[in-house]
Amino acid sequence: MTAAQAAPVIPDFGGGGGCVRANRTFCWDWFSSHWGDTFEPALVQHLLLTGVAVMIGFAIATSCALVAHRRGWFEGPFVTVSGILYTIPSLALFQLLVPITGLTVLTAEIALVSYTLLIIFRNVLTGLREVPEDAREAARGMGLTANQILARVELPLALPAIVAGLRIATVTVISLATVAAFVIDRGLGAPIFAALQTSFKTEFIAAGALAVALALAADGLLVLVARALTPWAAARAA
Amino acid sequence: MRRVRSGRPPATVTESIGNASAAVGAGRAAEIVFDAVTKRYPRRTEPAVRSLSLAVGAGEICVLVGPSGGGKTTAMRMVNRLIDITEGDIRIDGTSVRSLDATRLRRGIGYVIQQVGLFPHMTVAQNIGTVPRLLGWGRPRIRDRARELVELVGLDPGQDLDRYPAELSGGQRQRVGLARAMAADPPLMLMDEPFGALDPITRARLQDEFLRLHRAMRKTVIFVTHDIDEAIKMGDRIAILRPGGILAQYAAPDEILASPADDFVARFVGADRGLKRLSLMTLADLQLEPAGADAPGAPTATLSTPLRDALSEMLGQGGRPLTVVAEDRRPVGVVRLETIARALSRQAPAGRPKRGR
Repeated sequence: MTAAQAAPVIPDFGGGGGCVRANRTFCWDWFSSHWGDTFEPALVQHLLLTGVAVMIGFAIATSCALVAHRRGWFEGPFVTVSGILYTIPSLALFQLLVPITGLTVLTAEIALVSYTLLIIFRNVLTGLREVPEDAREAARGMGLTANQILARVELPLALPAIVAGLRIATVTVISLATVAAFVIDRGLGAPIFAALQTSFKTEFIAAGALAVALALAADGLLVLVARALTPWAAARAA
Repeated sequence: MRRVRSGRPPATVTESIGNASAAVGAGRAAEIVFDAVTKRYPRRTEPAVRSLSLAVGAGEICVLVGPSGGGKTTAMRMVNRLIDITEGDIRIDGTSVRSLDATRLRRGIGYVIQQVGLFPHMTVAQNIGTVPRLLGWGRPRIRDRARELVELVGLDPGQDLDRYPAELSGGQRQRVGLARAMAADPPLMLMDEPFGALDPITRARLQDEFLRLHRAMRKTVIFVTHDIDEAIKMGDRIAILRPGGILAQYAAPDEILASPADDFVARFVGADRGLKRLSLMTLADLQLEPAGADAPGAPTATLSTPLRDALSEMLGQGGRPLTVVAEDRRPVGVVRLETIARALSRQAPAGRPKRGR
């Protein structure tokens, strides 16, 4: 790699013009001619990797947060375990998992899910705990059962905090999923890894920019979803 | 002792609580009996409520009042079983609250708290529809009921039904809280310092409006407050609880002011209890002296003037007698300082109607 940098003997990366051979910052022609065979599939794979990880993480973390909401003792152990998972460097975690689950999508997903748990759990639990006590008290006094209070009062009121957690988790996973290319040849990490080998700038920048754009788009979409689901949050004294 | 205000005999509790027929002013009211109710909390030597026995007639407003630590909220919350009874029993129209399923019991009892507890994510209409929805009413019926109640509590159905609580003032929120508690036309309402968080003007207005509503609806109400003036204003009968959850006196406001049971009650109602009594009576309650020759410029007052205000007026006029006039300004008599003093020295006449009822 250092040799490549010192003496730029650049291959033409599957047929490029002068821009590619000179390895300029960004070669639009090359990008557009490889959109269909490289970037579009990578983007879709990235979206799938992220979506699956966030959905599974959401299901696990939310269920655990509901348990912790009813039984407070459960919070400590869950935060400890998910906290440890959260602090393991992603490359190390992939490396740890490969001997067990191999170079598979499963390995990538296990690692990605494990990074969502703490974030989503914390946010769901905080959201549930921040439900005003008087609303809960009134609900109980009117004869709602514990499950009805959860479904009709607590979860709807926790929704802004829950979506906030989902936003952080989603953006985190989109970023981390690029590292999954260490294990599997999928997602936007794959072109980035390839470009790292060859130090071909266009491929590197294109994949990176697409990951950033995906993160921004997903985040924006979640904001819109939250707004649609919580019209009351915008209500203020007239 | 009490005038019976409910025209109908009380329904059975299963009927009155289970069946949530609704029409404003249907007049379903329940009779509540506290039978030697005691509440002990674990790891506390003193009970919070000690052997409390009292009966609230159907359609009455019973105010539980006392300093903090008197167990008044605890006593109230045992009625809808938000707090479990340790010993004794509470019966609604003869049925023990302990024999009923707690959530079913609560759906049949209106519940209003100081912080209101509106659901911020629901509109006014949805908040009011909470219990009707639990009872399985259809959407159009719930909407009609919400509209009717919003109007009843003095809000604008066209504008306010689809607002969120955050868009309302404190007074408006408590109006919605009241409407929500009345949604399924419960025969009994529990109100825990409902006007305690409001400014004095809004509080007085809501008190007046609630009394007006109550005259039309005749629900049984258990009302908790720490404010003796509010207790006197709102209560048909007042239960004064002393620290340790002991009932110090249970009587009509006038009787408590005229003859406090002990020093504690006398201190609690205040040294101005004579004046407070005067605010319970109007000039119409007095034996007036015949109106003399019309002295031009003499101070006048209408028959509906509270004695406290009449006295203040007379003192302000250097003690001159007031000419009492009917609503049509026709003089009907004269009141002097001595007339009022005589009224105060009388023992509390049992069952005399309160002002404005």
